[in-house]
Amino acid sequence: MSEVVHGYRRPDPATQPPLNSPAYGSTAARHPKQPLLELPHTPTETSSPLFTAARYPELADLTVLENGAGQAMGERIIVGGRLTDEDGRPVRHAMVEVWQANAAGRYNHEGDTHDAPLDPNFLGRGRVFTDENGFYRYVTIRPGAYPWRNHHNAWRPNHIHYSLFGSGFAQRMITQMYFPGDPLLPLDPIFNTVSDEAARNRLVSTFDLELTQPERALGYRFDIVLRGREATPMEDDHHD
Amino acid sequence: MTDATTSRASNATPELAPSEATMERLVASAHQTAGPYWHLVDFPEWADTTRHFADNLPEGGQRITVTGVVRDGTGAPVTDALVEIWHADPAGRYPDGNGDPTAFQGYGRCATDKEGRFRFVTLKPGPVPVGPHAGANAMQAPHMAVALFARGLLQHLSTRLYFEGEALNETDPVLRAVPEARRGTMIAKPAGNGAWTLDLRLQGEGETVWMAV
Ligand SMILES: [Fe+2]
Repeated sequence: MSEVVHGYRRPDPATQPPLNSPAYGSTAARHPKQPLLELPHTPTETSSPLFTAARYPELADLTVLENGAGQAMGERIIVGGRLTDEDGRPVRHAMVEVWQANAAGRYNHEGDTHDAPLDPNFLGRGRVFTDENGFYRYVTIRPGAYPWRNHHNAWRPNHIHYSLFGSGFAQRMITQMYFPGDPLLPLDPIFNTVSDEAARNRLVSTFDLELTQPERALGYRFDIVLRGREATPMEDDHHD
Repeated sequence: MTDATTSRASNATPELAPSEATMERLVASAHQTAGPYWHLVDFPEWADTTRHFADNLPEGGQRITVTGVVRDGTGAPVTDALVEIWHADPAGRYPDGNGDPTAFQGYGRCATDKEGRFRFVTLKPGPVPVGPHAGANAMQAPHMAVALFARGLLQHLSTRLYFEGEALNETDPVLRAVPEARRGTMIAKPAGNGAWTLDLRLQGEGETVWMAV
């Protein structure tokens, strides 16, 4: 019964963004004002949907459309990393969904009215699965910065959105990956909602020569950590 | 991370049994908002968890719809939200992680529309055990986990949806932990023919009971 998961550890609040963040205007009318009720973890929280590539096909190269008509514009990059829990356990065969703006900083989305060109060869969405060791990898275009009206002259740093599932629904997470050396990072209210500097910087990918492919593309590494399991109560070792 | 593992392992003195001290301790990554363009990973068919089963629904499965409107603190509909549900099958079972990928699973994703409305088609879940730490007979009332992501939500919001009229609602440990006056924000009402409705309020009057999961 060693695989019975009783629950997951609660995060240190400094390592996670608060729901109410005045610098990020959209939180004003959207954050709960009542205190959150702490939910004990039950099988609803310790189980998770099972996704397989058979039903949820991979889309690991965002730079070409399925019909292969042409190449996306911009700087091709390879992004890879490892998905683990806080104890370093690989999260195996997990579905990783990503979405992003194109090289010009425009999303292929009807709500995005930024006056930058759409790329007919770039949809900006991908889906891959981690392997036995928790590794994932995909090929894309380095996304451009875009304006977002949160405050005067507000620009989002380059980023890729990530959606992740673990082995329990309590591990569900959506986050963003940033790029090293981006001058917009210190100015970005969303990135800076995470008060712990080290936690914030773990959202920044690193240039990785091993992921880089000669004559093809630069590589960026982005490791992602999901919540770890609570220590298993000792009564598991007792036998009546 | 691989390098960190290696160096931690080589630093550990060999006579020490594996313990908390020598285990790799990482810190969970920070959540960030899904933003307004998450629809790039929206697949409207995911709102119907029965889509793989045509005419051979799991035994005892009662097809239901769950609809509701999401509103913000001003009462305005939230038209760019991502709503997810996760619930047990009609027998109260969850996949065990090594399970059959073709079996029913109660996972759905739905975008709110221009009125802030979501709509799921699924099977009504059965009662679920409280868990390995409680007695084998301790059951939770039928319920769904609900996760809500949106622009302006730096982490997703979580709540549960219960079904009005279930006898187990009276003893459900999560519902009982909620002040009685606010329980109704988590209990869907029947609208006939298997239709259930529950509105979600992010903030303000009738604010949904949101949970730290
Ligand atoms: Fe974005």
